[in-house]
Amino acid sequence: MAIQTEFLRKLPYFSGLDSSAIEAVTKYVFEKKAERGERLALEEEPSHALYFVVSGVVKVFRTSADGREQILRLIRPGECFNEVPVFSGSGNLASAQAMSPVVLYGIRKKDLETIIQTYPQVAMNIIQVLSRRIQELVMLVEDFSFRHVSGRLAKILLKYVDHAVATGGMKLTQQEMASMAGTAREVVGRALKSLETEGAIRIERNRIVVTDRRKLEAIAGLY
Amino acid sequence: MNALMPLIDSAKCQGCGLCVEICTCGVLTMVDGMVTARNGGKCGWCTMCELVCPTGAISCPFEIVIEDID
Repeated sequence: MAIQTEFLRKLPYFSGLDSSAIEAVTKYVFEKKAERGERLALEEEPSHALYFVVSGVVKVFRTSADGREQILRLIRPGECFNEVPVFSGSGNLASAQAMSPVVLYGIRKKDLETIIQTYPQVAMNIIQVLSRRIQELVMLVEDFSFRHVSGRLAKILLKYVDHAVATGGMKLTQQEMASMAGTAREVVGRALKSLETEGAIRIERNRIVVTDRRKLEAIAGLY
Repeated sequence: MNALMPLIDSAKCQGCGLCVEICTCGVLTMVDGMVTARNGGKCGWCTMCELVCPTGAISCPFEIVIEDID
């Protein structure tokens, strides 16, 4: 299938390039397809290409020593992954897996270097993209100073469970919990799991049951 | 039972279909360019559809209750 120049033109990496430059870049782009569940990158392994998601969704995640998965980002169409290891020459910082059938556009490391040398504007664009990624990651690192988020989340759950007793039912999405706790949506799932592991709550499909109020209060720092 | 299905805000949904693509339970489908939740009993409440939606059109609320210790 031919590479879509229109798609490339809209990517932040190639912003500001004229039509002939986009055409030239297209020659370095290859297409890759993957099925749902297929691994696209493995933590620590070397990475030889940068990928843009054309269609579908890719999950970027890290796995802890005890096998727990922490989703760092879901990559939607128009977004990219593998950018850090491609430039640093280190292994992958995280694993990537297709969450649906996906179509990717890839550019190999050496071809990316050729593009940058030919079109310095691309280097400026990449600096901007990577700067934004660093900002996001710094915020995420801050949130992973983890007890912190668990405590804030415990406080929110206590407030809402009291309200639920009074009014006969309260519902919250993980997005709402994230907004209230001042954290990323991705962190909330892990914080809930942590509260469950500590025996303060139990997660039942679409219910969060407070099983040990005293423990939840202690985590919230209320006494 | 609507309460057991992801909630879809049709005013926000742009019909991109990303949620349908990642739904492993087959609960979300596209009907006339709009995401629709069906057969909620199959939904595992993984909340990935909520996470992937670029416009915040899907929500998977959790009821927050205290354990009945009777």
